[in-house]
Amino acid sequence: MTTEYNAVITEFDPIIGIETHIELGTNSKMFCSCSTQFGGDPNTHVCPVCLGMPGSMPVVNRVAVESTIRMGLALNCSIAPWCRFARKNYFYPDMPKNYQISQYDEPLCTNGYLDVTVAAENGPQVFRVEIERVHMEEDTGKLLHAGGAGRIHGATHSLVDYNRAGIPLIEVVTKPILGTGDLAPEVAKAYVSELRDLMRALGVSDVRMEEGSLRSDVNVSLSRPGEEWGTRTETKNVNSLRSVERAVRTEMLRQADQLRAGVRIIQETRHFNEETGDTTSGRSKEAAEDYRYFPEPDLVPVAPSIEWIEELRGTLPEVPSIRRARLQQDWGVSEFDMQSLVNAGALEFIVASIDAGVQPTAARKWWTGELARVANERNCELKELTVTPNDIAQIEGLISAGDLTDKMARSVFEGLLEGEGTVTEIVSQRGLVVVNDDASLIAAITAALGDSPDVAEKIQAGKIAAAGSIVGAVMKATKGQADAALVRTLLLEQLGVKE
Amino acid sequence: MSDLTRQSAATLAGAIARKEVSSEEVTRAHLDRISQVDERIHAFLYVDPERSIARAREVDQQLAKGELSSPLAGVPIALKDLLATKGVPTTCGSRILEGWRPPYNATIVDKLNAAGIVLLGKTNMDEFAMGSSTEHSGYGPTHNPWDLDRIPGGSGGGSAAALASFESPLAIGTDTGGSIRQPAAVTGTVGVKPTYGGVSRYGIVALASSLDQGGPCARDVMDTALLHSVIAGHDPRDSTSINGPVPDFVAAALKADVRGLKLGVIKELQGEGFQAGVIERFHQSLEVLTELGAEIIEVSCPHFEYALGAYYLILPSEASSNLARFDGMRFGIREDDGKDRSVEQVMSATREKGFGPEVKRRIMLGTYALSSGYYDAYYGQAQRIRTLIIRDFSAAFSKVDVLVSPTAPTTAFKIGEKLDDPLAMYLNDIATIPVNLAGNCAMSLPIGLAPEDGLPVGLQIIAPPMADQLLYQVGSALESALADRWGGLLISEAPSL
Amino acid sequence: MTQGGINAEQVMHLGKLARLELTPEEVEHYTLQLEQILGAITSISAVAADNIPPTSHPIPMQNVYREDIVLPGLEIDDFASGAPAFEDDRFRVPRILGEPA
Repeated sequence: MTTEYNAVITEFDPIIGIETHIELGTNSKMFCSCSTQFGGDPNTHVCPVCLGMPGSMPVVNRVAVESTIRMGLALNCSIAPWCRFARKNYFYPDMPKNYQISQYDEPLCTNGYLDVTVAAENGPQVFRVEIERVHMEEDTGKLLHAGGAGRIHGATHSLVDYNRAGIPLIEVVTKPILGTGDLAPEVAKAYVSELRDLMRALGVSDVRMEEGSLRSDVNVSLSRPGEEWGTRTETKNVNSLRSVERAVRTEMLRQADQLRAGVRIIQETRHFNEETGDTTSGRSKEAAEDYRYFPEPDLVPVAPSIEWIEELRGTLPEVPSIRRARLQQDWGVSEFDMQSLVNAGALEFIVASIDAGVQPTAARKWWTGELARVANERNCELKELTVTPNDIAQIEGLISAGDLTDKMARSVFEGLLEGEGTVTEIVSQRGLVVVNDDASLIAAITAALGDSPDVAEKIQAGKIAAAGSIVGAVMKATKGQADAALVRTLLLEQLGVKE
Repeated sequence: MSDLTRQSAATLAGAIARKEVSSEEVTRAHLDRISQVDERIHAFLYVDPERSIARAREVDQQLAKGELSSPLAGVPIALKDLLATKGVPTTCGSRILEGWRPPYNATIVDKLNAAGIVLLGKTNMDEFAMGSSTEHSGYGPTHNPWDLDRIPGGSGGGSAAALASFESPLAIGTDTGGSIRQPAAVTGTVGVKPTYGGVSRYGIVALASSLDQGGPCARDVMDTALLHSVIAGHDPRDSTSINGPVPDFVAAALKADVRGLKLGVIKELQGEGFQAGVIERFHQSLEVLTELGAEIIEVSCPHFEYALGAYYLILPSEASSNLARFDGMRFGIREDDGKDRSVEQVMSATREKGFGPEVKRRIMLGTYALSSGYYDAYYGQAQRIRTLIIRDFSAAFSKVDVLVSPTAPTTAFKIGEKLDDPLAMYLNDIATIPVNLAGNCAMSLPIGLAPEDGLPVGLQIIAPPMADQLLYQVGSALESALADRWGGLLISEAPSL
Repeated sequence: MTQGGINAEQVMHLGKLARLELTPEEVEHYTLQLEQILGAITSISAVAADNIPPTSHPIPMQNVYREDIVLPGLEIDDFASGAPAFEDDRFRVPRILGEPA
């Protein structure tokens, strides 16, 4: 943490707020039966409804409503007994009807919370992030800007693909998050991360962040202790966990500079630059947009019965934070170790490896050790590595059968990471065979003893520790393919020494 | 069979079913009639004779193979141009959609096709159904077959005029504040605004989503009932569609009995602003209904006087949002002068050019009423008035079975007479609007000619939601009693053109 | 709502919100007409008390959903020809930002 940042924190209290849009993982769109599949050819997942053709009408996707209710329940929200969709009216060419069907003053879920844990100097600290609302809406189409290096600035025209138009979104809005102090950026990141995990655990979305299916708008303001809340800025479309953290930090530093220089903060939207980590001024909210909201007359109210809500509550999986606490206890690891394996993105891989039959210790060892190291070296995430939990299970199986040594296992990983094939293929291609036929090992032992006759005497005189150098020589001679423990046993037998 | 265009749809369907005449012959007769008279009426915006005849032949073949059993199979129909028709131009009476061919069919159109009903063409209307005279069409006005200098009502003036000029035996209309009933009244035809949700709105280009309803138009009550039966029913593509059994409209029309029924006369809908001849015919009808055994009771609906105000806030508000999609980006015209203009500028220029004055007026009004700071005072308040009107209806229906009133305060006015006076124009819908605000169903049927101008007068029958069959039961009883007196239906008095 | 009526500046703002490039004559015309129309319907503001619930759907219904099933939509050929400009399988629209770069 920079001294500059520390100085900001001693002078100002940050208040943050986060609005997150997440695409739901339904098969069909929010209001029509078009596919939600990502990456289709342009305008191939469209129909009169999501193209906004005159006369077409929306019909609500049941699973989208259920997903939103389940998300609301998991976030400890109240579920509205009766609520409506509303039209948000504004003209933009990515929006086929020139209004978005959303929810306005009657959101489906309200007043919840999500506990998030961040690592602090004196151990992990839990923050309760209060949730203002969770509501449903529809996504817009995608604009491709032509002429002008693909950016909106300088473009001569744009091309619109409506495949994404109408994909169901849920918007989760926090209340202002107070009292985070210097941990504000970490809390913001941990919150979005926890939200993502929760969506995945619920199975309501697979949250493909690289495809932009989770987008956050980050509100930040600073105030001096005891003073009124400062003016906030809203940094739009922050699309990765790391960016959420950086956007908060950047805005805190920028606003502090302004405030110290006596410059007022303007209430505006800002854009986040993924490359530089800077935020730049977007359009200031001149005369606040007038969206002319009114209840969507083409849809009828959503009025979930208590029975329906309870049925959905019954489908909720364990909350990720509670599950983590349970796993931590099962595995007998420290809070710190647990947090670091979560941060490394290793949790699900370890769980999956254990499910595939690997011992917990071994699963943790590989994912947080060797594989985390490689991911770090390559500056990528664990899931980008070409190693699966099943590979780990196979390798561990070979080790416990005595067919692979730890060292040889590392070689197998190397092969997997290089894309040389399956575990079996790599073992055979790399000639990774444990030398464990006694005769050849005894020959190697005899040779090694012959090179160091004094060592044999020492061992026979009771200095068994000296055996290490002979074992080492044998391992070297067999290019590491011998089982060291077996070599040691055979050596002692040869010398007639008992431990 | 003598002149095919003078027959009822039921008669034609019967003759077609008995192979006395083919659908192709019936369709050709109507296409011929259109080519003879529509130059003067301008009921149609689009007719494609080849397509219609090809379809009629197809229906004839299906009938020959016994594949169709619908009671209206082979009969042609005129469709209000507000309904999406796949591959067939759909303009909504607006220049902004000139040349647009939708990629899909409205549910009503699918149902008509499945029933073997043959589409003759698309009919003229006030642009996006905003108006009571069809003068607000982007493609010129439609003329009333009873007097070519007069309006045929609106917004569905094209559909009503097509019936009254014998260009089509059946038509589809849509009714947001009276657009089926008022044209029926001023053209001497029959039109029903079904209970909200009784007929699918999917594919009807939305004007005001919470008020719009498609419905049947014809020259007599039985034909209307038959067509209503074809288009009614639940549609999973329309979330506001009623998921329940459809009443038997045809059986109700056959029953034609008002004995023991209590008919409520709405006190607030017969006084000031109503033409003397309209009131006169209305009272005569009440006498006929009494003679038929109905009991007439006066009821009060005190909040109806606020209905017009509430309507002219709700409709423009919803319309301003519904019409936002007409921006020249995905369909319809684009006003692109070749200069390097931004998307906002091109959208604004397209809408400025493509929309007519009434549409712009209502978009402005709706945009204003929904603006922050005004929402509660305007839109919110209008929705509360709506509740009061529903309560007025509930109170009335606790005393009577159906309500009756004149459909429109006057007979057809002259083309151009009210064009520059939106408020006077809006008053035309004073008796029809409360029904849309409450979601009830209502019928307009002809009850004679006003003595002072010799033009048709319509009576409105209003029933509670989901009791549309009562309209047919009462309407057909009155219709046959009047026909007995006149020696035929009023429509047979219409000029032969 | 009788306070002050509506002025030309408001009408121009509404035109911008509603994406209508109004001519000065239209601004003048609509200022007058909106004022007239709003004047005629102000009677409603006093009628319904706050305790009267608003009606947004005339026939009360709730919980209408469809199952989460994918059905075939449209082919590009179905709508491309109806678009004012279509290019590379996408709808072509004018530049988004106000001023040329």
